[in-house]
Amino acid sequence: MTNEVIPHLTAFDEAALDQAFATLERQARDAASALGSPEAVEAFRLHWLGRKQGLLNEVSSRWLKSAPPEAKKALGQRFNALKSAVEGLLDDASGAGPTDEALAAEAIDITLPGSRRLTGAEHPITRTLNEIVSVFAALGYSVGVGPEVETDFYNFECMNFPPGHPARDTQDTLVVANQERRAQRDRLLLRTHTSPVQMRTMEQQPPPVRIVIPGKVHRNDAQDATHSPIFHQVEGLCVDTNITFSDLKGTLDHAMKALFGSSVKTRFFPSFFPFTEPSADVQISCIFCGGKGCRKCKHSGWIELLGCGMVDPAVFAFAKEKQPAYDPKKISGFAFGMGVERIAMMKYGISEIGQFYAGDMRFLGQFA
Amino acid sequence: MKILTKWLRSYLPGLPADDAQLAEDLTLRGIAVEGIFDLGPGNGSLYEMDITTNRVDAMNHYGIAREAAAIYGVALQPFDLTLPAHKPAAAVFPVRIEAEDACGRFTARVLRGITITDSRDWFTQAEVDTYFKLLEQKKISSAVDATNFVWLAMGQPTHAFDLDKIEGGILVRRARKGEKLKTLDGIERTLDPEDLVVADHAKPLALAGVMGGWDSMITPATKNVLVEAAWFEPMAVRRTARRHGLHTDASHRFERGADFNSAPVASALVSRILLAAGGSIEGDLVDVRVPALEARTAARKPIALALSEVQRILGTTTDAEGITAATVEGVLAALGCTLVPAGAAAWSVTLPSWRLDIEREIDLIEEVARVYGYNRFANTLPAFGGGVTALPFAQAESALRETLRSAGFHEAIASTFCSASDAALTAPQPGLVVPLGNPLSEEAGVLRPSLIPGMLTMVAGNLHRDVSDVRLFELGTVFSGTTEKVDERPALAFAAAGLLPEQSPLHPSRSIDFHDLKGVVEQLLTRFQTRTLYFDRFAPEAGLTPAWLHPFRSARIVADGTTVGWFGQLHPREAAARKLKDTIFLGELYLDRLYRLPLRKPAAREISRFQPVRRDFSLVLDESVAWEQIDRTLASLDIPEMVDWRARETFRDAKFGVREYSLLMGVTFQAADRTLREEELQAFQAQVIAAVGKAGARLRS
Repeated sequence: MTNEVIPHLTAFDEAALDQAFATLERQARDAASALGSPEAVEAFRLHWLGRKQGLLNEVSSRWLKSAPPEAKKALGQRFNALKSAVEGLLDDASGAGPTDEALAAEAIDITLPGSRRLTGAEHPITRTLNEIVSVFAALGYSVGVGPEVETDFYNFECMNFPPGHPARDTQDTLVVANQERRAQRDRLLLRTHTSPVQMRTMEQQPPPVRIVIPGKVHRNDAQDATHSPIFHQVEGLCVDTNITFSDLKGTLDHAMKALFGSSVKTRFFPSFFPFTEPSADVQISCIFCGGKGCRKCKHSGWIELLGCGMVDPAVFAFAKEKQPAYDPKKISGFAFGMGVERIAMMKYGISEIGQFYAGDMRFLGQFA
Repeated sequence: MKILTKWLRSYLPGLPADDAQLAEDLTLRGIAVEGIFDLGPGNGSLYEMDITTNRVDAMNHYGIAREAAAIYGVALQPFDLTLPAHKPAAAVFPVRIEAEDACGRFTARVLRGITITDSRDWFTQAEVDTYFKLLEQKKISSAVDATNFVWLAMGQPTHAFDLDKIEGGILVRRARKGEKLKTLDGIERTLDPEDLVVADHAKPLALAGVMGGWDSMITPATKNVLVEAAWFEPMAVRRTARRHGLHTDASHRFERGADFNSAPVASALVSRILLAAGGSIEGDLVDVRVPALEARTAARKPIALALSEVQRILGTTTDAEGITAATVEGVLAALGCTLVPAGAAAWSVTLPSWRLDIEREIDLIEEVARVYGYNRFANTLPAFGGGVTALPFAQAESALRETLRSAGFHEAIASTFCSASDAALTAPQPGLVVPLGNPLSEEAGVLRPSLIPGMLTMVAGNLHRDVSDVRLFELGTVFSGTTEKVDERPALAFAAAGLLPEQSPLHPSRSIDFHDLKGVVEQLLTRFQTRTLYFDRFAPEAGLTPAWLHPFRSARIVADGTTVGWFGQLHPREAAARKLKDTIFLGELYLDRLYRLPLRKPAAREISRFQPVRRDFSLVLDESVAWEQIDRTLASLDIPEMVDWRARETFRDAKFGVREYSLLMGVTFQAADRTLREEELQAFQAQVIAAVGKAGARLRS
């Protein structure tokens, strides 16, 4: 800050006043032109306009006090003009902000990584489940859920598994202890598929039904790269008047395109499940090679992805016991089921199924 | 199962497709060809097949040829069953079925003057040598090879007995208690009274439908042979095979349902082969049948089929004409059905004896769809079926997930099972733990009563892999109850160790602590609408704090008067037992209880346009005074203009008493309708000071 000096006022005539005020204003303008930082602006304000030690205050008290009464008006006018000029300078200076030099002094290393608040990741299984569920939600499917511990009735009997079916063996199915004495249909087991929820839904609700059933299921399987005793399924069920096999095809073709891209093709071929007839396996054209054949699709161009079929009349017969509207002569329906792990492994390039259940931060963090 | 296309083509002279096309067309019709191997010029291909268990009839060359004939509409060559004229027998060979529930048909043919050889190509009409070589099927002796050939050709198990070892005649019966039989695998077996055996009048000769007997087997010395071709009931064979731990080609077929009518065909084929090396037939084929079982197989009642039903189930095809009466008739006839018209576009369908999997109209509809080709059906969509309803807890579930993710926690999924000891440690209701009957391992012996065991395993897994910053949560089912009745409830577990989820080159991070986790819990709970929410803890001797938690660094969460969960530091002794050196914070929420609370719905309030005034109070308190007491006291003042108060900082200093600490508290005053005057503020401040004074705090001088 320059050292402004209050000029000595020798006379109170207009010319003398003009000159004295002009000197002060020039000093103020010079000082204001050099203001480079908010701190300097503040110092300027204090220096000129400070309530106690401000220069203008000083001028006012020094000159006004000594001025003869007839000069007071002229002096006052000029004083006010100077004050507003200084205030104007101050406004301009604070609006102008810092100088380029001041800005340069504030330089930082913008190449250092940003400070990050880490967010958590959705589990790839949850993510895949949600994707599948929302595809079907858009087609008018509600979500259904059911217990993980089921009775033999819901898991097998009403799904039309014959009494001696190998799946009902403890070699394939995990069972709750001490069931031997109970009637076969009451025995408790860990559900081996989400299909029991089909029956639970139909028992509660007359047709029409459009439902997708995501859930955890268990089998007495040894763990390897692609098998796990714990896995997840999404099951679907559509029951109404006039539901046809071509509706099943159209629905799954649409769903596979929605999940894997519009260029994906589907093909259906006969399979066998106790609870559907006709039954089909569905393959999609290989999403890795587009159907040309690669290692992932074992050079076939196709990847097997889900099982489906028209609901077997025997299944409807079980539903009919509680809901008479499930008359297989009047209604029809289709069901489908897919393994979520398999789809997630394919979509995200996961090679070991066990990674889904290990809670490894490094694995899970990839999905944030 | 291996299939030779050369063999297939011998039954299909008019087959238009090449091997690759045939494989594709069979696969798309459910007769899956998993692999095709070229066998060189003139030899065709070898198919590796994967046939579903319901299609046991197609697990042989003739069965697959029949499928191909149906697909391409070509003729299927019948077997040549001509046999030399038989010599008259002195008496009909005695055969009796005693177990009429388990054996439906038993045919026996007596061949005399047979030469058992292993060198001659005994069946000149077919290229048996070639087939066996291509299949890498070892030739053993003419008797064994003949039954193997017939098995591979048409899937009917047969058996050849040394006739001279048979005493009296054949009796198909249940075994007698303690009876012994040495089977072809050389094992002497003690029979069960439930076992089905083929016996003579003195002793058991074979395990019916499973394996022949050692003593009556064909040897190079055999001169006279009895050829057996029979039909055994699936369950009877399965039980016998299971009991003896046997799984043979024969039991495989009988267990899944053999063709009742193929016994005489197979018998003729085997006999032709054996007779090629000389010898003669004695007497007529002895053929004993059980009418009740024949009625369930070869002589089933016709079933009704209507074209309208076929169309109702199958829907639209890509061909304009769709599924017609001609399609139905063509497909089903080719598969061996007999169709008799029953009204307009409806039939009475007689089923082939080899397709026991077909029983109902829907089974016939499936056959039509299958052979017609699934991929010739159009892709249509069902009509709208009504609005979509969300699960009642779906929104709450995603609110919890979202909150935890934004707090830096990764979602994990753990095992559904845990060890009995972990269950005892963590079960909210001790004793109500459900054991498994056939657990995967001892560590997975029970259904998890809490998500904590799985969470601890996962946290430990990370720490042991030197991943020290851990933040995980799991939303899953927990189980309680008895083996009679199991209750399932949703639960949420979360755990953290290491540093806060912040990463910066400029500001150092710090270790996560109890109050960090409490903040997460608070954020989770504020997603719900509660009237009251508080945290408390109990004296250790009360025994109320879960055993896995540090008794002095844990809290119960109480919302609207209900315990909704627990959280805190892992009990250091539990950590020591698990060799975990890091401090772990974790907790569990009982979601069934939390889900009873409605989700908080945002609602806007008028924001005051008058200046808020903040006053800070620096207090000194005794250790025994918890923040909660100050908080309650201030709440009880009930000053509407006191809009916010919070603990801003706590610290300890030697300047205060040994058992004292300092608390900086910020209080904000604001009125909705005016600027607060200095006198009002003074009065409020005085009230605050008086109130905290009563709660045991003094102003720091």
